[in-house]
Amino acid sequence: MPEIRTETMTVNMGPQHPSTHGVLRLVLELDGETIVGLDPTIGFLHTGIEKTAEQKKWQQVIPLVERMDYLGPQSNSLAFCLSVERLLGLETQMPDRVTYIRVLIAELQRLSSHLVWLGTHGMEIGAISVMMYCFREREQLLNLNEMLAGFRMFPSYMRIGGLREDLPRGFHEAVKAFLDKFPGKLDEYEKLLTKNNVWLKRTKGVGKLSREDTIAMGLVGPIARAVGVNYDVRKMFPYLKYDTFDFTVPTGTEGDVFARYTVKVEEMRQSVKIALQALERITPTGQYDCGDYRIVPPPKDRVYTEMEALIQHFLLYSQGFNVPKGEAYVPVEGPRGEHGFYVVSDGANRPIRVKSRAPSFMACQALGKMVVGGLVADLIAVIGSTDVVMGDVDR
Amino acid sequence: MPDTDASPVVDILRAAVPGATIEALPSVDMPAIVIDREHALETLTVARDHALLQFALLSDVTALDRLPVEPRFEVVYHLVCLGEAFATGTPAPARRLRVKVRVPGEDPRVTSLVSIYPGANWPEREVFDLFGILFEHHPDLRRILTPEDWTGHPLRKDYPVQIRKTAQSWEPIQLSVEEFAENIRRQRAVSEGLARESGPLGE
Repeated sequence: MPEIRTETMTVNMGPQHPSTHGVLRLVLELDGETIVGLDPTIGFLHTGIEKTAEQKKWQQVIPLVERMDYLGPQSNSLAFCLSVERLLGLETQMPDRVTYIRVLIAELQRLSSHLVWLGTHGMEIGAISVMMYCFREREQLLNLNEMLAGFRMFPSYMRIGGLREDLPRGFHEAVKAFLDKFPGKLDEYEKLLTKNNVWLKRTKGVGKLSREDTIAMGLVGPIARAVGVNYDVRKMFPYLKYDTFDFTVPTGTEGDVFARYTVKVEEMRQSVKIALQALERITPTGQYDCGDYRIVPPPKDRVYTEMEALIQHFLLYSQGFNVPKGEAYVPVEGPRGEHGFYVVSDGANRPIRVKSRAPSFMACQALGKMVVGGLVADLIAVIGSTDVVMGDVDR
Repeated sequence: MPDTDASPVVDILRAAVPGATIEALPSVDMPAIVIDREHALETLTVARDHALLQFALLSDVTALDRLPVEPRFEVVYHLVCLGEAFATGTPAPARRLRVKVRVPGEDPRVTSLVSIYPGANWPEREVFDLFGILFEHHPDLRRILTPEDWTGHPLRKDYPVQIRKTAQSWEPIQLSVEEFAENIRRQRAVSEGLARESGPLGE
């Protein structure tokens, strides 16, 4: 039999490809249907937010950082606020109510982000109806955002020193109604996927990564937990009094796409649990900021009636506030893992460096390790499971 | 408030790497140290492998431009010891560590950490791209966020925020099949963790 000459083929995928979660370009080297090389090209969404942030006053940075990871905006602004508050030394005087509202919002944000992930991940593998269901619930979460701040995607509700305003009337009831219904919806998604043979065939044993590789490549969050690295910032380095909440951190052992799926779905259940506890602790009325009027604006009724408050208000919005010299990095457990902002101040009213530690960036880097040796079709499943958001990768 | 005392880490590192300059830095969020760049790789290898430290996770690599202060740049590494979650032998206590390497403006180069932390690859490329700091022995030091033909390093403090430029257009990049395949091969070598020298095609 004559020797059949074979050679590898180079195929370009993206940047405008529906399953690359934004604009990610992948150059694949294929041997038949098997991937033997992968070169991700990023930077198409690079908007220079870190450079822009250096020109802005501290509080003006918040809308910018929210636009980095556009599926989890409020966890970005939360991480940024926590870092700056550490520099300001505000943590001890922050009222518990603010802390619990932040916990509630962070967990709702995680739900919202995971819903987009589950919907798109399902759709890419072929389970189109899951997307419809997930976006139905996400719509309700966006409605809650609208109720909260008048803005559905990027509410800018977190502020350095507290929150922008008090919770709107009826918010408790709306959140409660959503959280009560949501576990049932989760069961619905699981009914569609978890025991679905097609889903299992597409996800089990695909995109495996060993424990050692996961940590060596700097991967954290659900990807690391799916391979048994029980690292959750909320448990290991608690912030926002997460150590007083009762929840568990789901882990897997296989480290494949299916394990990431089960970890994330279970994470949603835990988020509901945390959110319900937080909701219970939030008093209907009370303080919504730290009360230091050099950092947060005085209440509007005082601004209109008292000279002192008017001056404070004017100074805050015209000059901003100075942050003591130093640097801080206070990470939070974002939807995609450890996410934090390394902020550096030289004592002025503008940062000299704002650096986002982006979990998606690391996940994107490790794509090659996960897919080489697999099939082209698996690549789609793997990209979906890592939940990369290109806004977070390119910043 | 978290423990920001870096002295236990400093003591272990000083004992393990004689000759290196290791100083604790004041900080408000986590222990912070500054090390000299000649011993950076050696010191960080100890930080990763020492049984009492076990900083297995390199969370981030970034840099800071302190213009006009000299040494101008600081390369900042954030390390995490994951405690029981990821331990070899007896788990070390879970903690974070910030490591700084000061780099002069005329000679901005440090040793790459890709050999000990493979995940440092892209973050180091990013620092190279945005700050122009060279990472020696990096397997693939190319620009990553800005286009390949970009001039300057945007996050340097002397890089203007707004530039007016006339609109430019480019011809498509002319890349031969061999060059293209070579890029892929290099990337594959990197992703396999074997920063090997490139040889001829099709062996």
